[in-house]
Amino acid sequence: MSQESIEAAQHAINAAQVAVDAATQAAQLAQIAVAEQAPVAVDVVQEVAGGKSILEAAYIAAAVLFVLALAALSKQETAQKGIYVGILGMIVAVVATLFSSDVTNIGYIIAAMLAGGAFGVRWANKVGMTEMPEMVAILNSFGGLAAVFIGYNSYIEYNITDPVMLSIHLTLIFLGVFIGIVTFVGSLIAWGKLNGRVKSSALMLPHRHKMNLVALLATIYLMFSFVGAGFEGNTTALVLMSLIAIVFGAHLVLSIGGADMPVVVSMLNSYSGWAGAATGLILGNDLLIVTGALVGSSGAILSYVMCKAMNRSFISVIAGGFGNDVVAPTGDEEQGVHVETSAAEVAEMLMGSKRVIITPGYGMAVAQAQYPVFAITKKLRDAGVDVRFGIHPVAGRLPGHMNVLLAEAKVPYDIVLEMDEINDDFNDTDTVLVIGANDTVNPAAKEENSPISGMPVLEVWNATNVVVFKRSMATGYAGVQNPLFFKENTTMLFGDAKESVEEIFKAM
Amino acid sequence: MQIGIPRESLKGETRVAATPATVEQLQKLGFSVLVESNAGKLANFSDATFEAAGATISEDTKQVWASDIVLKVNAPANDKEIKLLQKGTSLISFIWPAQNEALLEKLAKREINVLAMDSVPRISRSQSLDALSSMANIAGYRAVIESANEFGRFFTGQITAAGKVAPAKVLIIGAGVAGLAAVGAAGSLGAIVRAYDTRPEVKEQITSLGAEFLTVDFDESAGSGDGYAKVMSDDYKVQEQKMLAEQVADADIIITTALIPGRPAPRLISQEMVDAMKAGSVIVDLAAVNGGNVEPSVVDKVITTDGGVKVIGYNEMARRLPAQASQLYGTNLVNLLKLLTPEKDGEMTINFDDVVQRGVTVIKDGEITWPAPPIQVSAAPQAAKQEEVKEALVKPEKKKTGIYKALLAGGGIWAYSALANYVPAEFLNHLMVFALACVIGYYLIWDVAASLHTPLMSVTNAISGIVILGAFFQMGAESGLVTLLAFLGTFIATVNIAGGFAVTERMLKMFRK
Repeated sequence: MSQESIEAAQHAINAAQVAVDAATQAAQLAQIAVAEQAPVAVDVVQEVAGGKSILEAAYIAAAVLFVLALAALSKQETAQKGIYVGILGMIVAVVATLFSSDVTNIGYIIAAMLAGGAFGVRWANKVGMTEMPEMVAILNSFGGLAAVFIGYNSYIEYNITDPVMLSIHLTLIFLGVFIGIVTFVGSLIAWGKLNGRVKSSALMLPHRHKMNLVALLATIYLMFSFVGAGFEGNTTALVLMSLIAIVFGAHLVLSIGGADMPVVVSMLNSYSGWAGAATGLILGNDLLIVTGALVGSSGAILSYVMCKAMNRSFISVIAGGFGNDVVAPTGDEEQGVHVETSAAEVAEMLMGSKRVIITPGYGMAVAQAQYPVFAITKKLRDAGVDVRFGIHPVAGRLPGHMNVLLAEAKVPYDIVLEMDEINDDFNDTDTVLVIGANDTVNPAAKEENSPISGMPVLEVWNATNVVVFKRSMATGYAGVQNPLFFKENTTMLFGDAKESVEEIFKAM
Repeated sequence: MQIGIPRESLKGETRVAATPATVEQLQKLGFSVLVESNAGKLANFSDATFEAAGATISEDTKQVWASDIVLKVNAPANDKEIKLLQKGTSLISFIWPAQNEALLEKLAKREINVLAMDSVPRISRSQSLDALSSMANIAGYRAVIESANEFGRFFTGQITAAGKVAPAKVLIIGAGVAGLAAVGAAGSLGAIVRAYDTRPEVKEQITSLGAEFLTVDFDESAGSGDGYAKVMSDDYKVQEQKMLAEQVADADIIITTALIPGRPAPRLISQEMVDAMKAGSVIVDLAAVNGGNVEPSVVDKVITTDGGVKVIGYNEMARRLPAQASQLYGTNLVNLLKLLTPEKDGEMTINFDDVVQRGVTVIKDGEITWPAPPIQVSAAPQAAKQEEVKEALVKPEKKKTGIYKALLAGGGIWAYSALANYVPAEFLNHLMVFALACVIGYYLIWDVAASLHTPLMSVTNAISGIVILGAFFQMGAESGLVTLLAFLGTFIATVNIAGGFAVTERMLKMFRK
């Protein structure tokens, strides 16, 4: 990120903080008002003409609290407070709405919320950190589905008399439902791919780009007929579009390969936001609009960051099929001789090093090796060895996935560094352990004519010694042979990453 | 098959082609070993130790030479020895076929196989049998020791009660195996070491040993692609001479190792340059046998110039470390035989499909097969691509995206004003909220630490559960279907909210300093 945009962001946050002060005061006043009047009778609050404006005030407060919650995520130190701020915002919004005169059937609402809340919390406490991508995917799908339900409802019941407003209303419903379904189905498929229920390689149908185009054109045609029907309604168009959206959403994710999942999950996260924003526009609810926009831009930026980390355009990821199209010209060809090593030798090498960098990849997550990795990290640090971690932006299956896994294993976050922060330090490093990473440490990216040319990579080969933990000599996801394995300062340790690391620990 | 180890007859040769340790390894490959009496005497390996290792000792020179395989250090010294070789025998030793064509023809007439240890191709796989590297390593080390012997001062700098001693300055020319070994040995004795080589790719190796790499201010890349340096152009040589003259005058000890196989050694240091050196300085010329890198050097002699500089021209430094040299050379031979007897059954075969075996074999069944087709191996840096062409290609594209951006912005403004003209103000207000929220979101998210991207996603999942508010309002609808959908919507949105916040909190708790 450039200096300017950092400053701009800082300004935005400052402005937001000024706004929040005002808003919290307003919210406090509102809450005092609610608190004072609540004992008298809820009915009174609802009947007071100010009831509507209390709701608006609560929404503003909630919106600001959400913004602050995201702003707090800029640093580890403040991140946790941010969560509580977000929860507070959610409580303010929900409670204020429940007290609003427009809401009835509170019994059902409470029942649904208790059930959903209990289910959600239980699940969140049970889920393993390696399964975070799946969890995020399924939560995305829920966000999309909820938006779809609300969209359908808004079609079935509305009180609009102005034909212009109706056209807008119907357009938004149509868009909201379409995005919602694509999010829902796409997220389900992504979830299936992440936990192995669906084959993770890219599905390559013939004419897939043309099929997508036809689906989109048909959707646009249906939208015109749906909106054109006006007060009469055109349920057929809505149902047809829903069916198309299901197929489109499924195909969209099916045609994207397993290692592009960070992009896909971020993208679906973004879609669930846009679906929410569309819902907000349908209902004329600013809080939904603001939240949807925040979530939408968040997912969009994460997708962009991931794509940049792979040096590929967003379109090429979404169009899918990477890794299948490119038959790597150097794929199977042996490029030299690799040298094998043993756990005992690696242990000795590590104990003799002053500076060590560990670069983990998805393979570490698969093997669940993060705990023994921390065990050796701790041992080395106790022995006075400087151990740090270098994380490539697309390592893992979710943006920031590696950081969460390492945090789970209790690795202190101040020794976990990003690629840009650590890339210059490899020169002074004695030993680099590459655990379950391949393409993200491939020197071929620095050369031309490789399928991964131009992708930013961790320059591990600049270190004195590199140990690569791998199951076999197979190529990485991109199907590109990795010249790193044949470098003179590289040795290979074959086998399951977890077992290898445990053996090293024993040998130390 | 039987392996014979004759005593080396060449004058001054101290090495032997096998040691008790390698004899044991040879037997493991299925061979029986016959060692000529006193073959290892000069390298301090007695007949008794060979016998203890399982070899048979023979006084009969003829019998040893009549073995199926004869392992030697040097090529047969004379016709008498050549005549001892029987038809079908395999002779493995240094041959230097390029310099010894007559010898090659004589050997071919004996209808034997000859494998030349000096012709091992320089690829990674054959490093374990590269006898030239083994010998060069010893030579580099020994060159430093010999120079230290003749040098009247310490190598390392010291501050003693009797005054300060400056460290010796050692200049090493040619950073092949010998040069690098010399750099390492001189460095570990405490000297200030500088090294020079025409190949820029060895810079890293030199600096990794703690020495300074000297460069000529001239642009010409020097790898020939086969692992040896190539002969350089005249202009380059002028610059090189200038730089070397300065360095030579400053050095206390010089070791030259610039030896290109089969060619006269390049003259790097002239008489003039030697005269410019301080009295008491020492030069070791490892290329003396090929004519010398240093003008006044004499093969196998130490001379002292009028200016008091000692020039050592010893040939085959490896002979001055006979036990070590025999051990390394013997192991190289064992590694070659491992390659030639893949079944470990004591039956040697030569497979020409293997580039290593092809390269080593100079005579097969009496036919001269030297030289072998070349193999390209050296890891020279690729020539840089022309950046200018690229820039020229990039520039117009940038302009284009600028135009696109302007068009896009214009289109956006037009669409927005058209919309504003058409829709009610209330909706425009919502749209404004949406637009502003997008901008805030953009700046907020860029500020999020990369390590917190997963928590960010789960927290955005949680807050996107805010659509629950929409479901609330629809709960009281008349239509049963709407109420049902609203109920389901409330349920799953709450899962989102509760699950999202809970899991985020769990994750963030794990982040610790």
